[in-house]
Amino acid sequence: METGGPNLPTRLRSAAAWAAGLVMFFPVAWMILTSLKTELQAIAVPPLVLFEPTLDNFALVQDRSDYFTHASNSVITAFGGTFIAIAVAVPAAYAMAFHGGRFTRDILLWMLSTKMLPAVGVLMPVYLIAQKAGLLDTRTVLALIFAMINLPIIVWMLFSYFREIPSAILEAARIDGASVFREIAFVVLPLSWGGVVSTALLSIVLCWNEAFWSINLTASDAGTLTALVASYSSPEGLFWAKLSAVSTLSCAPIVVLGWFCQKQLVQGLTFGAVK
Amino acid sequence: MSGRLAKILQAPSVIMLFLWMVVPLGMTIYFSTSRYNLLYPERTGFAGASNYEFFLTDPAFGPAVLNTLRLVGSVLVITVALGLALAILVNHRFPGRGIVRVMLISPFFIMPTVNALLWKNMFMNPVYGLFAVLFGAVGLEPVDWLAEFPLGSIILMISWQWTPFAFLIFMTSLQSQDREQIEAAELDGANWWQKFLYVTVPHLSRAIAVVIMIQTIFHLSVFAEIFVTTGGGPGFDSTNLAFLIFSQALLQFDAGVASAGGVMAIILANIVAIFLIRLVGRSLVVR
Repeated sequence: METGGPNLPTRLRSAAAWAAGLVMFFPVAWMILTSLKTELQAIAVPPLVLFEPTLDNFALVQDRSDYFTHASNSVITAFGGTFIAIAVAVPAAYAMAFHGGRFTRDILLWMLSTKMLPAVGVLMPVYLIAQKAGLLDTRTVLALIFAMINLPIIVWMLFSYFREIPSAILEAARIDGASVFREIAFVVLPLSWGGVVSTALLSIVLCWNEAFWSINLTASDAGTLTALVASYSSPEGLFWAKLSAVSTLSCAPIVVLGWFCQKQLVQGLTFGAVK
Repeated sequence: MSGRLAKILQAPSVIMLFLWMVVPLGMTIYFSTSRYNLLYPERTGFAGASNYEFFLTDPAFGPAVLNTLRLVGSVLVITVALGLALAILVNHRFPGRGIVRVMLISPFFIMPTVNALLWKNMFMNPVYGLFAVLFGAVGLEPVDWLAEFPLGSIILMISWQWTPFAFLIFMTSLQSQDREQIEAAELDGANWWQKFLYVTVPHLSRAIAVVIMIQTIFHLSVFAEIFVTTGGGPGFDSTNLAFLIFSQALLQFDAGVASAGGVMAIILANIVAIFLIRLVGRSLVVR
């Protein structure tokens, strides 16, 4: 903690901040570096920093475990789940923000409380329902579950964005005879577009990295990237370079997305309680 | 607009979440009192409390509860302390601040399965891992981290992933701190430590509460990191409640016992949640 003191020269403090950043980022950098090595280079002692990079691992990963199928499953379930949740949450958040009643606060808190239900506590029934409905290992069931586990956060976020719209603007629209649907579609959504987009981004990040349901409810057909990476957990000969390649491919899109929406992440994950 | 229309607009969300919560919960409670093994579908009927008895007397149950609490507690202490230190460290202008911030938050977006496999292989492998190489370089015996410190290793992985989260929230909160307050404290002759303790910490209290609450929700049911690294072992040394239920359900196919475990997990989560809501629930709603 003493490195944080303003009494120390600012230069030393900046150096410490850079060092901390590099240390935290090092595993990610090392993963990317290893993905460009051959398998033999990957386990070299001492570890290689300078080497001739190769892209072979990425091709191998695609050949062996069909990266693109898993990636498209991830994209479809993350976007699908997010889309369903937003479609359901927009009217609810609108009603709460502009026509809130006595119970609005209670409903919002109750929604948050559903996040506390541990997934593992309901694994068995959800697994069996999916099995009975013939939905095991389908993208449909995963998208639906993603929609429901993220719905509370999405309603909270949309609610806090909608509340910032001055209600006078809505009054004016109503005087012009706009229906509720038109009011949402042509007044509320355009005015809070940035907020809706960042809500969607956060939801996509959370869906993309979700592991519990993805691993337990999917197999070969609907397996997402988290399940694909998990399938590399048992060592088979030399595999670090391939593991790094599949990991890099799986994480890159969402890490980049995450960089762009750090602010929204804070607002989303804290339900606006920290500004 | 009438109150009825407002209700109709909220109905889909409320009904979806209600079904998502109540139907599986009811079924879990029902299964937990039934004979139900997926391998022996012909055995049915009321099991009374025997599933609970079986789950509670399982030699893994005690260690699993302890491991769950140890894991949550350790990760909370590490991430809040480190996140706070980092947030204070970065809370001034310096060249490359944006890049440092991006590097510091990156681990948070890494998939849990990638996180665990990355550490397990490239860092903690007792022969080729970077830790082993570093230890060898200074003449120490390499350590097989996942075999000797299984829970500690998993705590390290999760802390690496979640320190950025705490950092991000504390940093955001620090940015809204009133400069005048600090200047006033400086005029009163407060030293750095006094300013930290009496001005910064009270300002961050809500952020700290939020970090603790959100992280607890996630860490009570850590699964992927254990699944891809230790598989709960060696013995039960890294089995938490979530993993124990998973192994009952999908490895031993005993839906009845797994459901009894699920009920126990829900009870534990609720006990923790009651404390948490007391602690921070109000700060989430009153703004």
